[in-house]
Amino acid sequence: MSEIAKTVAPPLPTAAEKLRFYGIWATSLLLLLLLPNIFSSGAALTTFCLIGISIIFSLSYNILLGQTGMLSFGHAVYYGLGGFLVIHAINIIGANKLPIPLPVIPLIGGLTGLSFAALLGWVSTKRSGTAFAMISLGVAELIASSALILRTFFGGEAGISANRTRLFKLLDLSFGPQIQIYYLVAAWTLIAVLAMYALTRTPLGRVCNAVRDNPERVQFVGYNPHVVRYLAFCFSGFFAGIAGALAAINFEIANSAYLGAQQSGTVLFATYIGGIGFFVGPILGAIFVTILSLGLSDLTQVWQLYFGLIFISVVLFAPGGITGVLMMHRPLLKAGTLQKVLPSYLIALVPTLAMIAGLVLAIETIVHYTVNPGDDSHIKAFGIGFDAASPFVWAISVILPIGGYLVARKTWTWVADAWGEATSLAENKGVAS
Amino acid sequence: MTPAIELWGIRKSFGDIAILRDVSFSVAQDERHALIGPNGAGKSTTFNLISGYMKPTSGSVLLHGEVISGLPPYQINRRGLSRSFQVTNVFPNMSVWENLRCAVLWSTGQRYAFWKNIDNLPEVRERTAQILSDINLSGRRDVTAGLLTYAEQRALEIGITVAGGADVILLDEPTAGMSRAETEHAVALIRRLSEGRTLLIVEHDMSVVFGLADRISVMVYGQIVASGTPEEIRGNAKVREAYLGEEAA
Repeated sequence: MSEIAKTVAPPLPTAAEKLRFYGIWATSLLLLLLLPNIFSSGAALTTFCLIGISIIFSLSYNILLGQTGMLSFGHAVYYGLGGFLVIHAINIIGANKLPIPLPVIPLIGGLTGLSFAALLGWVSTKRSGTAFAMISLGVAELIASSALILRTFFGGEAGISANRTRLFKLLDLSFGPQIQIYYLVAAWTLIAVLAMYALTRTPLGRVCNAVRDNPERVQFVGYNPHVVRYLAFCFSGFFAGIAGALAAINFEIANSAYLGAQQSGTVLFATYIGGIGFFVGPILGAIFVTILSLGLSDLTQVWQLYFGLIFISVVLFAPGGITGVLMMHRPLLKAGTLQKVLPSYLIALVPTLAMIAGLVLAIETIVHYTVNPGDDSHIKAFGIGFDAASPFVWAISVILPIGGYLVARKTWTWVADAWGEATSLAENKGVAS
Repeated sequence: MTPAIELWGIRKSFGDIAILRDVSFSVAQDERHALIGPNGAGKSTTFNLISGYMKPTSGSVLLHGEVISGLPPYQINRRGLSRSFQVTNVFPNMSVWENLRCAVLWSTGQRYAFWKNIDNLPEVRERTAQILSDINLSGRRDVTAGLLTYAEQRALEIGITVAGGADVILLDEPTAGMSRAETEHAVALIRRLSEGRTLLIVEHDMSVVFGLADRISVMVYGQIVASGTPEEIRGNAKVREAYLGEEAA
């Protein structure tokens, strides 16, 4: 290496940094191995499987949205087709007693996603932006409606099912019990996450970022942005297919919901809420949204409404998502000025929570009178019972949101002030934001 | 010797409006050539036609004797022609280092590689570091390009343009909006980086033009009215009337 590269280029990672890097992956591996020992209930294992699938799916989506700047409304197509093909594959392999064990089956889903992305992507990736978004929506509608029409392949409303335990058994694993499926999903999640992380650190991965930032300029440094977008789309389809395959293996069924707009919307939610600007964003988003959708649906009837409200709040107030908010604090943490903002957070939390509680009360009361007016007015939401007919509840559901907002607004300016002070202190200490 | 760039009877119209009307000129190998003219003369359009950003209505553009008009920008770039933009056109959310590295990738043969670790490519690293120090932004290596000062962004713009090692460089008003000191800095940089390459530059600052160019072409209302050495251009009556006179008035 010449002098110039030594002095000017970013330093190559030191041994300690390398160790830390491999440490993170080793810790993840260990965590995945130990998780079932800590939470061993069937429900917990199912939740973990869903989270793993969602992580792969969201990260695959972020190859498009966060890395290459393509907003897709139809990513579930590649997830769903991966799932359908895998169900068919399991049935064929089982019927013919082919020596293919279940653990390699997700690869079939991946290749399905890849093939369809390669087939459908060339036209849609010609342009990014609105044209790409519209075409993705059109393709999604096309495939989702064919799923209901082409009954022999997609099985109509009921979908198609398979028995995963009837495949060739490797090491005597039947993959009947959920714990075995957990380890299968965990292994594939780790592999897929690693592969997608590696992809960001390749020439193609970096050129994807350049295409996201400025597709016009990319052409003048020798790259065809169409090819870059197309390759990103193919990779994205491949990993989405793996996610769909794991879902199909987990549920032993594939139906039209796999391909639908709801599925495409959920992955957009999860990715965006987690944060599209960082690699870990979609992982956090997948965990958050999976747990939330499982948890909220038990707590309230209109959980999708809250889901939408959360999404809108993130888009409006934290466009960087959960990861963006966390990462904002990194320079403060480094400079040691974090304690300047924490008290203001605590103070702001009280009226903000009061406001949210009031809003929830108002929403649940309105839902009672509009959706099920004939029912008993003693309703339960988020585990708390109250009487929706009581004027006292009505009063609270008006006073809390308004009063809470008025007080909270004051405390938010305190947060902003404390934040400004802490950042300028950090900057003075020479920590770049 | 074949000229680096040749334009033959180039016409460009947008609807009924003719922007370029029969433009022909050539830039010799290793020459520093300035294209000057009043606003709206069609200088930037000429750049857009040479670099493939637009296609001429008629006529042809040749690079090293081969016709390139009609090719997409990336193919023209791969043949060794690179351009900068009048309005800064960098990758705003990427660091200075990543900006330059992306501009180096194709010319080092990485193409669309997804099986190589980008931090493990010594040639890419070497050349990126070289360009970074050439444009004097070593101290700003990890700064997001969108957060650079205007002059720094202009320097990065030039860096991205030359990073791929193209032997024909087109610079569109590289010193526009710069202070006196910044301009001098930029001219020194351009002089250094264009050493041994062909340079075609659009510039309004006459001291820059006359200080830098071996030859000058003057464009007025979509036509080349004169081409020659700086001395010839200074002495040309038509140029004085059409352009330099206007400037002096």
